[in-house]
Amino acid sequence: MSSPTSVDSFRGAAALTLLGLLVLRWAVALHPYSGEKKPPMYGDYEAQRHWMEVTHNLPVEEWYFNTTDNDLMYWGLDYPPLTAYHSKLCGFVASFIDKSFVALKTSRGFESYEHKLFMRWTVILSDLLVLIPSVWLYFAKNLRSADDTSLVWIFLVLSHPGLLLIDHGHFQYNGVSIGFTIAATAALLRKRTLLGSVLFVLALSFKQMSLYYALPFFFYLLGTSLEGGIVRGLPKVATLGMVVLATFSIVWLPFVSQLSQLQQVFCRLFPIARGVFEDKVSNVWCAINIVIKLKNMFSNEEMAAVCLLSTLIAVLPSCLDLVFRPHRNKFVYGLINSSLAFFLFSFQVHEKSILLAAIPVSLIVPSDPFMSMWFTAISSFSMLPLLWKDGLLIPTLALSLFHIVATTLMVNVLQSPIQRPQKASDQNLSNVWWWAAFFASMTGCVVLTILSVFVKPPNKLPDLFPLLMSVYSCLHFVIFLLYFNYKQMSVNGVSLQSSSESKKQK
Amino acid sequence: MFWSVVLLISCVKLLLIPAYRSTDFEVHRNWLAVTHSLPIKKWYTEETSEWTLDYPPLFAWFEYFLSLIAQFFDPKMLIVTNLNYASPETVLFQRLSVIFADLMFAYGTKECCKYVANSGLRKSSRWNCRWSSPSAMLQLLLLGNAGLLIVDHIHFQYNGFLYGIQLLSIAKILQGSYVSGAFWFAILLNLKHIYAYVAPAYFVYLLRNYCFPQAPSNASLKDLHSHFSMKRFTELASTVLGVFIVSFGPFLVMNEIGNVLNRLFPFKRGLSHAYWAPNFWALYNTADKFVSLTAHQYNLLKRSTGASMTGGLVQEFEHTLLPSISPRTTFLLTLVSITPALMKLWFSPGNPLHFVRCLVLCACGSFMFGWHVHEKAILMIIIPLTVLAVVWRREAQIYLLLSTVGHYSLFPLLFTSFELPIKVLLLLTHAVYAFLNLSHLFALGKPASTWTLPLLNRVESVYLVGLLPLFLFEHVLHPYLGLNKRLPFLPLMMTSGYCAVGVLYCFLQYYWHFMQMSGSNHKRKTH
Repeated sequence: MSSPTSVDSFRGAAALTLLGLLVLRWAVALHPYSGEKKPPMYGDYEAQRHWMEVTHNLPVEEWYFNTTDNDLMYWGLDYPPLTAYHSKLCGFVASFIDKSFVALKTSRGFESYEHKLFMRWTVILSDLLVLIPSVWLYFAKNLRSADDTSLVWIFLVLSHPGLLLIDHGHFQYNGVSIGFTIAATAALLRKRTLLGSVLFVLALSFKQMSLYYALPFFFYLLGTSLEGGIVRGLPKVATLGMVVLATFSIVWLPFVSQLSQLQQVFCRLFPIARGVFEDKVSNVWCAINIVIKLKNMFSNEEMAAVCLLSTLIAVLPSCLDLVFRPHRNKFVYGLINSSLAFFLFSFQVHEKSILLAAIPVSLIVPSDPFMSMWFTAISSFSMLPLLWKDGLLIPTLALSLFHIVATTLMVNVLQSPIQRPQKASDQNLSNVWWWAAFFASMTGCVVLTILSVFVKPPNKLPDLFPLLMSVYSCLHFVIFLLYFNYKQMSVNGVSLQSSSESKKQK
Repeated sequence: MFWSVVLLISCVKLLLIPAYRSTDFEVHRNWLAVTHSLPIKKWYTEETSEWTLDYPPLFAWFEYFLSLIAQFFDPKMLIVTNLNYASPETVLFQRLSVIFADLMFAYGTKECCKYVANSGLRKSSRWNCRWSSPSAMLQLLLLGNAGLLIVDHIHFQYNGFLYGIQLLSIAKILQGSYVSGAFWFAILLNLKHIYAYVAPAYFVYLLRNYCFPQAPSNASLKDLHSHFSMKRFTELASTVLGVFIVSFGPFLVMNEIGNVLNRLFPFKRGLSHAYWAPNFWALYNTADKFVSLTAHQYNLLKRSTGASMTGGLVQEFEHTLLPSISPRTTFLLTLVSITPALMKLWFSPGNPLHFVRCLVLCACGSFMFGWHVHEKAILMIIIPLTVLAVVWRREAQIYLLLSTVGHYSLFPLLFTSFELPIKVLLLLTHAVYAFLNLSHLFALGKPASTWTLPLLNRVESVYLVGLLPLFLFEHVLHPYLGLNKRLPFLPLMMTSGYCAVGVLYCFLQYYWHFMQMSGSNHKRKTH
């Protein structure tokens, strides 16, 4: 296993994986970004550029405040400090390349070939620094023994169409917060709880959306700490709490000194006033809204309370399971169930938030490639209206097809008897009925896509097709939520059974 | 598995739709318009656009069939006077047409893989591995060829389609169906006449092996005569002629053949293309530059020729000190360079792999010495060589060296900043895959030292790694030193010079290897 040739060939295969991932990233980077040449507000690309401008030119105290130099109505900073620091760093580099990229006020809506190139580089470098190493770490348990299968999983997770399209096409830095979350997960699964919590705090401080994962992290840490009894567990919990607080205060240092600063940051991060959902989202409220107009029934605050309550009910089973019957194989399911429940039921959800559920789902590809592939396809489909608006229709279709074909091909190759027999052989993959369901579901997606591209919606219902798409995806997501909850609950039983079986055999 | 891989690579091609495209995009748009809106008679006389139709008639028909679909995307692209028209629909249609035409390439590849898998040429313990069998490698090396991706799907051309037909004709000949091999090659010639350069290999091989079926390999001319099969010869000749009549016949009837031929063979162009293809003439031009510069230094030259490093700008390149080259010289040199290989092919019948080798050498010879060679023609060597690379160790070595250098020499085609990382990544992906898998297939022991690349010797490894400093010089040091103002074409010259050395080396090595090989077919076991 450790002969020089096999190490060399493993290095080669690893290089090949990385190169393939970079090819996909650069190919997507060629495409338009959100709000390209669309004044006056542009899109997320301009938001990120504007944050570089603001953080580069203004003192920290002004970042989150409306001042003469900082108009919060124009893409005001509404992400936590780590994003702001990241923007500052990017802005710093940008000012070296071309001052007009980040010139205060005059650079609004700045667009150029070189600037696009610069922005694309920042995302790809962020991926190289955070996301790719994190996923590598997550699957690394096989890396030392030079096992090519882990490279397959790494490739499949990192070629997730949704993530590629939103980060490298539409333009955002989700890879950073998701990368930190994956690194935290990897650390937790290796019982490095302190490191894991620090990494998760970093994820939270980069994007508040990572809160979707907060409950499983909290309950899993609590559950594992208290496994040996409350008396022995409490010091552990206390240490964890201290470390989390310490990390938070370091990252948020410029803002924790003054209460007004902290209040303002939180106001920016959680704007209740924005309404229950934006555009058409594949969540439950958007679907219900077709029949019952929620905005007429509830005020925003009431709606927020309803959302909070229903979200809590939806995540409760998964969280209780994590805290009372913690098991390392359950944790990623916990992340999926919590983030999916938040996506379906919480307040102020954006289409892109489905990524928060989709990435943990892609992490379970070694044990459940079929469902992982299905969910990936549906999650990309659910963002289609948004991506279409950005001019990313073709890459969306191409990458979704790519991912489906790559998953089936690679899993088939791994499972073929000539190669090493795979331990976790997937039963879903060989089940004809599942495949039938999958094809039916994909046909639905294809039909809806074709309709929305080629058929003009009736004048009364201009949003007919995006709405249909959201409802169609939402239906899938609800079923997936039930399925993954079931999977999480059944982890313990299965693992107990198999361990007792292996004991018997011995 | 095969079609899954085709699908995967097609998806990557789809992603490249918005990439930079060269003037060849407008060339093909113009041809769509010309064939769609003008009568056949005027196809080869129309000159509204400077990019006149200069491919043989079957390609014109190919454009005509594409234009029938194009009208559903955007009819405006089919107007002849609509120069440089590139609406999003036009771009989409043209890019898609390349991607779909590449299915021909996939088919040709599949036929070659089928031959390699069934021939029993090489016994290996890996035949049943789905990923690492020679035929699986051949498939990935061909379908994922970085040069084709760069030239077709970024730069814009239809080479994949054409190479698909060439691979198909090769596969047919390898499988022993000579007539259909000849048929496909005749079609290919009538799609793009540059393939005439490799026609001698086809001619010699088919004549010797098909028309003299029973003749022993050392037969003298007299003996041969008695073995000649008129029936087979007529069969072959009528197939090829039939294709040519269908293609050129209408123009003959309409008395347009002169115009067609004028378009197909323009000798007004210079010895070297704008960017020198890495061939013998690139070295010759470089030598001329150095000689004249040195002469200038010592005031040996009377008149100031002004032959500065303008490299690419001047189409008609005048040599200052070394004798200027006429088309006839290049033609003669090419012929001389391929004759020994053709003789060898004639005297070793019954070995289809020798046919492929000779094909590669013909392509090499014409690339090295031909008139106005394009850098893209390197693919004419690399693609047939791939078939051999998965079968023989020596050919794998040549392939690794030549494909890397050859694909690198295509880099100047793409000069925009967004495509820079893409071309580098495509080349690296292909090269790493090739090195990894071919060394797996052939390298039995450890590499000679840790500092050599698998399967290559030290000099070759140093040479290949030397591409990196060359790349860095072009993109970092050259602009940093401000040389891009004074000597803008220096990197281009260096690239073509450096690559020419490698291509020439491969050519000579491979020639030597071919001439050394015995006539009969070997079977050898690797593991």
